[in-house]
Amino acid sequence: MDEPESRVWNGLFWVIQLFICINAVAKSFMQESKGRMLYFYSIASPSDFVLAKLLFNSLLMLVMSLLSLFLFTLFLGNPMQKAGQFIGLVLLGGWSLSLVFTFLAAIAAKAQQNAAIMAVLGFPIIIPQLLLLMKLSNAAFAPLLIISTSTVLLLIALDIMVVLLAVILFPFLWKD
Amino acid sequence: MYKSWWKIASVALLIYTFTAGLLLDVPRLPALQETIRNLYFHVCMWFAMMILFTVSVVNAIRYLRTFNIKYDIYARQFAVVAIVFGLLGYLTGAIWASYTWADPNKPAINSFSTIARDPKLIGAAIALLVYFAYLILRDSIQDMDKKARISAVYNIFAYAMLFPAIWILPRILPSLHPGNEGNPALDVKNDISGNMRMIFYPAVIGWTLLGVWITTLKIRLSLLKEKGMLS
Repeated sequence: MDEPESRVWNGLFWVIQLFICINAVAKSFMQESKGRMLYFYSIASPSDFVLAKLLFNSLLMLVMSLLSLFLFTLFLGNPMQKAGQFIGLVLLGGWSLSLVFTFLAAIAAKAQQNAAIMAVLGFPIIIPQLLLLMKLSNAAFAPLLIISTSTVLLLIALDIMVVLLAVILFPFLWKD
Repeated sequence: MYKSWWKIASVALLIYTFTAGLLLDVPRLPALQETIRNLYFHVCMWFAMMILFTVSVVNAIRYLRTFNIKYDIYARQFAVVAIVFGLLGYLTGAIWASYTWADPNKPAINSFSTIARDPKLIGAAIALLVYFAYLILRDSIQDMDKKARISAVYNIFAYAMLFPAIWILPRILPSLHPGNEGNPALDVKNDISGNMRMIFYPAVIGWTLLGVWITTLKIRLSLLKEKGMLS
């Protein structure tokens, strides 16, 4: 089989990232049984709890991102021109995805039909970030394009906003 | 809610929009020509949509502060009417695009795939999908208080994530749609001519008031239903 050209490689990579994230992160709230949630409720404040979840899922997604990047280069070849910058973008992207989906998983866990509602809620919200990430990482495949710092900063600002919103809004989801 | 002056104002402004908007003189620009009159309809739809979504979010926040079920009904109905305005915005935009963007030598439908790929259209589609998801989320929860609480949380989160989709992202990606270098139709210096502005601003207010009017009717209806259920 031929190696795909860089644009296809890039597109495939981010779509796979999206699905990895949904499957890895969505579980974080569904696995908890009612009794264990009650236990957490009695020992921790809601903002501590959600921050811990965000942190754990971020780390999980960072590891997963690096793993999938390794598998991609192993099986589909390595079209990266600026490997260092692309790895940075992959980590940033994995982090953004994990933050948004952690919060959505918290919402979806409260609405019983978990997996389906997660996709319905998540896809429209994540598309803008994915488009930005794809546009940025396209530059990592072409030697002459430079990665725009303002867009990277925009993504980081979005991530910070998601964390803040999660801390502010999670207490309302928490009590039942 | 029961005052009537703003309803009369809405009707008067819309009658003014339709008569003056279709009859008064407009500048003749290349490619746009007479279709520029669609500014009074297409752009106003998106303005009204954004204002109604904002009102919906404000009501969601009010719900989380007071836990009064009334505000949840407000938030839901404003979101529904805003979606309707968004769909109308798409419809008027499609008519406009078929005269300005479409290849004039072929039927307009053949240009669909090139037009539909525009980042601004995708951004607006995301906005509508997010709020469709809001409605689905609401209907998937049975318990009334839980439904109100969770959908208010999602409403606030979705509104915050909407901003990159319709305000920031389309300005970064290349697009055929006007508005990459600022705020179209609001820029005073070098944008729409003075007498178009005389119709455009009243039109925005008229359409928004019409949207609020429709919403208040829907709110009153669902409050009555709620009352019937409780007693």
